[in-house]
Amino acid sequence: MNPNYLDFEQPIAELEAKIEELRYVGDDSEINIGEEITKLQEKSRSLTRSIFSKLTPWQTSKLARHPMRPYTLDYIDRIFTDFQELHGDRSFADDSAIVGGMARIDGMPVMIIGHQKGRDTKENIRRNFGMPRPEGYRKALRLMKMAERFRIPVITFIDTPGAYPGVDAEERGQSEAIARNLFVMADLKTPIICTVIGEGGSGGALAIGVGDRVMMLEYSTYSVISPEGCASILWKSAEKAEDAAEAMGITAKRLKELELIDDIVREPLGSAYRDIDTTARNIKQALVGALESTEKVGLDKLLDQRYERLMSYGNFIKEEAS
Amino acid sequence: MSWFEKLMPSRIRTEGGTKRAIPEGLWSKCTACSAVLYRAELERNQDVCPKCNHHMRVYGRRRLDIFLDESPREEIASEYVPVDKLRFKDSKKYKDRLIQAQKNTDEKDALIAYKGKVKGVDVVAVSFDFRFMGGSMGSVVGEKFVQAANVSLAENIPLVCFSASGGARMQEALFSLMQMAKTSAVLARMARQRVPFISVLTDPTMGGVSASFAMLGDVNIAEPRALIGFAGPRVIEQTVREKLPEGFQRSEFLLEHGAVDMIVDRRDLRDRISSLLLMLMNKPAIQASQ
Repeated sequence: MNPNYLDFEQPIAELEAKIEELRYVGDDSEINIGEEITKLQEKSRSLTRSIFSKLTPWQTSKLARHPMRPYTLDYIDRIFTDFQELHGDRSFADDSAIVGGMARIDGMPVMIIGHQKGRDTKENIRRNFGMPRPEGYRKALRLMKMAERFRIPVITFIDTPGAYPGVDAEERGQSEAIARNLFVMADLKTPIICTVIGEGGSGGALAIGVGDRVMMLEYSTYSVISPEGCASILWKSAEKAEDAAEAMGITAKRLKELELIDDIVREPLGSAYRDIDTTARNIKQALVGALESTEKVGLDKLLDQRYERLMSYGNFIKEEAS
Repeated sequence: MSWFEKLMPSRIRTEGGTKRAIPEGLWSKCTACSAVLYRAELERNQDVCPKCNHHMRVYGRRRLDIFLDESPREEIASEYVPVDKLRFKDSKKYKDRLIQAQKNTDEKDALIAYKGKVKGVDVVAVSFDFRFMGGSMGSVVGEKFVQAANVSLAENIPLVCFSASGGARMQEALFSLMQMAKTSAVLARMARQRVPFISVLTDPTMGGVSASFAMLGDVNIAEPRALIGFAGPRVIEQTVREKLPEGFQRSEFLLEHGAVDMIVDRRDLRDRISSLLLMLMNKPAIQASQ
């Protein structure tokens, strides 16, 4: 097993290994094997395409949580200019599981708020694996209100396993912090554009996910509970995570069909981490489009539309009054 | 069965007969102190144990029956029925779980809404039935909450919510998560129109319900010793790998940490809430007639 590839990508890994081997041979032999390599590369691409065209929700959730998947700061670097990070909730601490700050996109000032996971163990401990505590959500809230005050659009990036389930988080009111954000975002007087870039984990994701446009990267997921959590509660076994992922419909494609999100942002062949620049360009294009369209609507109408959309969520039957 | 009973001819055996001698439901046991209580007396005491003051769980419709004046009462949004849009199936089909819950509770879903009065003060009150799939919030719960709030908004009547819920309903997947945003949004509108919302958190109020409308009361009230929190104690224990402190996530813990305004004995809720509502609505105190 090649650790850089997920289990279902192993056939690709084998081909790539073969290509590497040939290259190595090619270096010190006189036989021209360039043609062979090109052929194998084409085969590898078409194999990737075929594997990625029929990913299961469970496979997608593995990609969404891939250790090499780009995080919020990777995109901030590539999409925005003049980024200035703003820290702290002004009452307790700075939670680095959420990053926030001002920046420009095509010259236009915006407020950015996003979950941030760590790249290595040390950073992951500092960023708590992207699981915010109440002070993280309260920092986000402070920045949103500031954006409203200065009429600056808010752009959020969602990528969290969930809000942190810890003793200290409960002590400082995790529930209230999330609830307050939902309450304020519903009525925040500036455009809000949300993009799920990796793992959209439950209330901890939604707490920066109420907006005028909600987009998802192609291989990101968004769900009410993690597949493992759902499986251990409903199936009484975390091993059934694959079934749970299937049942919940956590992928961008499914959620678009259900009209719970607006747009899917395409990822390059083999998913985002194989070509971060292209992914960033795709996100940027989607963001600029969303900003332009919300700008056109006008604030009053935008707020009405946001409210109507929130009210429209749900499926039920109304029985005839008897 | 003892050896002596085994020896007896079957026709004179009185297997289980002693149990049958007492009619079903005449007595119940306090879930905290195990005192054996006379059911009728317990009911008169609003399901609070007369011996140890333990507040037992009260389901949706009975909760409103205890809280509201006897008349007028008008049920709101009773016509909403859940559907299984995702055809969700775990070890059991969601559809079958719904039918089972509906049979067990005689309710269509986990939230009951009424317009009525509390000590003469107009109020819209909603209440969770924890027996219905753990009071979980799906589309019907969210919609009924919004419908109730819309009555509040249209008639300028305060809203009171009694929550008792395990959180979002997993079988409705992301739709249930979105109910958190939906219910919070209607409360934002209520706040803008200055219509009061009082949230009463009862045992238990967890997850997506606690992380949305239940924590957004102008006044948050908890019943004594109710379990209230975001993550369940078991999940937290698994995450932090240590034993949780005594009283963790109980009402008293929340009061101490500033998450709720007060802890109120169930038998005082009518007095306290009606008084608060009158002050919030800037109305004179009235001599309560009942």
